[in-house]
Amino acid sequence: MLTGEGLVQYVAPETTKDAVAILAKARGSTHVLAGGSDLLVRMKGGYVEPDLIVDIKRIKKLHEVSKVAGGFVIGAAVSCASMGSNKALKKAWPGIVEAANLIGSDQIQGRCTIAGNMCNASPAADSVPALVAAGARAKIAGPKGKRAVLVEKFATAPGKTCLKKGEFVERIELPKRLAKSGDAYLRFIPRTEMDIAVVSAGINLTLDRKGIITDARVALGAVAPTVLLVAPAAKAIVGTALDDDALEKLGAACSNACNPIDDKRGTVEFRIRVAAVLAKRAAKLAYTRAGGK
Amino acid sequence: MSNNTKFTGQSFKSVGTRPLRPDGLDKVTGRARYGADIQLPGQLTALILRSPHAHATIKSIDTSKAEKLKGVKAVLTSADLPDKNKGDQDLFDILDNCMARKKVLYDGHSVAAVAAIDAVTARAALKLIKVEYAILPHVTDVDEAVKPKAPLLNRKCITQGVEPTPKKASNVAKRTEFGHGNTETGFAEADFVKERNFKTEQTHQGYIEPHACVASYSPDGTAELWVCTQGHFVFRQQCAALLGMDVSKLRVTPTEIGGGFGGKTHVWAEPVALALSRKANRPVKLVMSREEVFRASGPTSATSIDIKIGITKDGTITAGDATLRYSNGPYVGPWAMLGAMTAFACYDLKNVRTVGYEVLVNRPKTTAYRAPSAPMAAFAVESVIDELAAEIGMDPVEVRIKNAAKEGSQSSYGPVYGPIGIGPTLEAAQKHPHMSAKLGKNQGRGMACGFWFNFGGQTCTDLNIAPDGTVTLTVGTIDVGGARASLSLIAAEELGISYEDVKAVVGDTTSVGYNDMTDGSRGTFSSSMATIIAARNAISILKERAATMWEIPVDKVIWEEGHAKATGKKHGNLAPLSLAEIAAEAPNTGGPIAGHNELVADGAGVSFATHICDVEVDRETGRTKVVRYTVIQDAGKAVHPTYVEGQYQGGAAQGIGWALNEEYIYGDDGRLQNPGFLDYRIPVCSDLPMIDTQILEIPNPNHPYGVRGVGETSIVPPLAAVANAVSNAAGVRMTHVPMSAPRILKAIDSAQD
Amino acid sequence: MAQLVSTKINNDPIQFVCEPQEPLLDALRDRVGLTGVKEGCGTGDCGACSIILDGTLVCSCLVLGVEAEGRAIETVEGMADGATLHPLQTKFLEHAALQCGICTPGFLIAAKALLKNNPAPTEEEIRYALAGNLCRCTGYDKIVRAVQDAAKVMRKG
Repeated sequence: MLTGEGLVQYVAPETTKDAVAILAKARGSTHVLAGGSDLLVRMKGGYVEPDLIVDIKRIKKLHEVSKVAGGFVIGAAVSCASMGSNKALKKAWPGIVEAANLIGSDQIQGRCTIAGNMCNASPAADSVPALVAAGARAKIAGPKGKRAVLVEKFATAPGKTCLKKGEFVERIELPKRLAKSGDAYLRFIPRTEMDIAVVSAGINLTLDRKGIITDARVALGAVAPTVLLVAPAAKAIVGTALDDDALEKLGAACSNACNPIDDKRGTVEFRIRVAAVLAKRAAKLAYTRAGGK
Repeated sequence: MSNNTKFTGQSFKSVGTRPLRPDGLDKVTGRARYGADIQLPGQLTALILRSPHAHATIKSIDTSKAEKLKGVKAVLTSADLPDKNKGDQDLFDILDNCMARKKVLYDGHSVAAVAAIDAVTARAALKLIKVEYAILPHVTDVDEAVKPKAPLLNRKCITQGVEPTPKKASNVAKRTEFGHGNTETGFAEADFVKERNFKTEQTHQGYIEPHACVASYSPDGTAELWVCTQGHFVFRQQCAALLGMDVSKLRVTPTEIGGGFGGKTHVWAEPVALALSRKANRPVKLVMSREEVFRASGPTSATSIDIKIGITKDGTITAGDATLRYSNGPYVGPWAMLGAMTAFACYDLKNVRTVGYEVLVNRPKTTAYRAPSAPMAAFAVESVIDELAAEIGMDPVEVRIKNAAKEGSQSSYGPVYGPIGIGPTLEAAQKHPHMSAKLGKNQGRGMACGFWFNFGGQTCTDLNIAPDGTVTLTVGTIDVGGARASLSLIAAEELGISYEDVKAVVGDTTSVGYNDMTDGSRGTFSSSMATIIAARNAISILKERAATMWEIPVDKVIWEEGHAKATGKKHGNLAPLSLAEIAAEAPNTGGPIAGHNELVADGAGVSFATHICDVEVDRETGRTKVVRYTVIQDAGKAVHPTYVEGQYQGGAAQGIGWALNEEYIYGDDGRLQNPGFLDYRIPVCSDLPMIDTQILEIPNPNHPYGVRGVGETSIVPPLAAVANAVSNAAGVRMTHVPMSAPRILKAIDSAQD
Repeated sequence: MAQLVSTKINNDPIQFVCEPQEPLLDALRDRVGLTGVKEGCGTGDCGACSIILDGTLVCSCLVLGVEAEGRAIETVEGMADGATLHPLQTKFLEHAALQCGICTPGFLIAAKALLKNNPAPTEEEIRYALAGNLCRCTGYDKIVRAVQDAAKVMRKG
């Protein structure tokens, strides 16, 4: 008797088309490898035993960050470290870049990707609330062509995504950075580094000339089965100059939206309460970045 | 070191300097070989199958499929490790922990093992082993476990140390009591009495190197074991006993050790590796994964401690009382006893009583962790002392100085102290600039004291002089933090030669006599005593040889600054002979020159420390950051001050981690939820400030150079020092360690209610 | 199925065979014999297995061996120039920035990567850059000082 484990296959296609073809044909446990910082951990723990690993890092196009008319396109193989060294991206979307740069250590940063972070479908993923707040989309390649999905619709449950057989995320698309707008992401972790977010908040907002918020998106992480886009929280600050009253309402709306669990990282009570604290702090930061005073 | 107590009567040339360590180059170039770096020809890979249940009866184990898998060379269960030590309960417990017999007693308890040609095959084989369990109710919490209706781990467990002997079994394995005077009288004399319960969660030593060994058993009944251990002689004794071998037929070679902190004083997988090698007739390497390290090796106790202390308005503590419940895992140990002995050891008390209860729970076997059991007891006592100080409006340092034990005080655990350092560390703290530095917003300062006994024990050392006059020092205590450098300094000092001419090595079990393990901060203390005597023995031979070379009576030869010198009018004009010159002539004067010593190193001087800590608390999130930290500790005599500082800083960092973030988290199912460095959160570099140190030197009269152990005391005060700082910053007394953000936030809330 | 992987390790052309699911860490230790690369966790939490892969600092436990095809790898074994130690190695020794030493190879590699990108880091920058490397012995104090001192020496060239 031979073990199944000895027969694992590894392929590294050089085009999206080849990757899709391989994925569409694959049988058994198939895993797309980008940064590997989640996949290899799960393999080490025995939670995942792949039959086929499809490494998408040899697809050159997926390593690019490009500024396009509509905003930014970030390839699925772009490491979070290289996002951090892209000045234009950092200037336009500081909240997203900071969120991406909070994942793990410098060592992890050299490998991990925001596409992978999203595909892991953890409610605590650091980059996802920032992407949701930004209104980012995932561009998915598959046997039936390409499709785009809003990041908040991508994860359907912890560990589950909307990806269908043969599909993989090719890139993340960020909208154009509008004038007088800004974003921010904050999380709570027990240490200063290396932890998974216990609760987190991402906010993107736009101001008018007088500093009144005209548009806002507020997202919370680790307080529900998936990252939440909290419309009432946005509503609480739109039309205000982020005065204390608006901030209190924002916090209350965030706490109200939470549906967290007690686990090894935090309690229900703690998450509900700190979600409000972080949302308020992130809002102030985003407001300042948008040019508000 | 401006506040050093003056060292009496001795001046040193080598001791007290800071040369590079002899093992350093290999460690910065990747050449140093640790447990997992050993590779033997034909070596197999071993893995252990572990229980997913906290408490269950093993109904059956079917290994037949695993045995048939191609590439599997041995499958092992408890049937292959029968109890050969009938009646020795301690050895039986070790055996049962290495491989479960009738029951599994914690999540991670080993039930079977395989040795195969590679890891892939071994992993596949583990999956083919079928274990049928009958799940039993479990208990992991120390306070739950002592309740009358708690699930019983061991139906034969009758509490020892209670009169009359209880008739019913319980999870309380043992009661111990210490103290003197009458606490009731003492409390009656007090103006204020404070009583509180404190809890601390279970922590792990967190050494970065997982347990690893390579075992090679020969059909002739001899065996070799390479292992990362704090005590290769103890491992030899225990492995030989468990396998039914003659002790001297097992050779244990210690590799470099990637941290131990007490966790590598116990055998875990080594007997299993040897038994697998015996069965497979091949060398076997067994390396634990990080998850296995957390689930199945060395945590310290979780505790629940009741403290009652009385004080007068002028700051005199009239009585102290402590009841300490320590989790032991499934097997009884000395853990609550050590807590009970150390709790009030810093103070000179007329009336004191401490009672310890060893409590069995469905968690891994409790293991020594740096000054085992003392940090938790100190946390409880030092917290209440701070509260009482505030109550009477006295400075917390002042209160402690007023009550500090001194030479001649009877300790709370019995003995009368010799010269000790608690008073001087407190006075140094009072004068330290840290104590008067201004605090920022939301910041608080705390201080606390700590005590550790230090051990001596059995020690054996060889000192061999090479023909060129260089010296090999072979010791049998494991070097965990720079001992080879310190012992080389000691040998150089005694012989009067340079540090560079001494090479210290840790010998295997065939190259030097029995040594107790490196625990109780005994490594440098005890091996330096043996080294000094061995060097003195070598010097007497060197003097004899010089006398022979000079053809003068040996009583006319003295040893000074690395040279034999002839004395007296008649011989005074002879030019001194260097050690190298005498060594070169050795073939003609009687052969090799060596010094040897074996002893029980008595008189390890007790050790005290005072720590100061500043924290900043985010009152909205409960997040805490340590912003400044100072360690003041008595070293007796700092042999290599840099490594003494290293011990102070390392212990403080571990204590800070324990105080703020580290804890074993069990689910309702009795399974460990956080068996990895992701969620078992030891401090990372950005969590800590620089850790300032101040070394005091109050010589230990029992050691020729005044040395005391320095390795452990530094972890004793931090829990309390951080708790006092957080309590001061948050304005509420913290009674549960770790002081995680949710706990701090909850405490702030309840204080506002 | 095992694959042949061709790499450049510490400037030497090295080939090894490994299973597709095998971490580069295991391949380096067990197949190439570079046991200076240490395993503390195997899950990217401790940094003991840090290497530089095509100029980027990574945990070798989070890279597959097969991914190293055509890549350049730097490990602690390649830091010294013959008998001449890298300034970081010298300063780690001088400052006693190691006790047990198991984390040292990872720290040296991570510090090397840091100083390449940032020759004059502040204490805070050093602490955050090294947050992915766990040390349980030193409390980090002497490690941070060693890196600061090495940076100074390297700046002087």
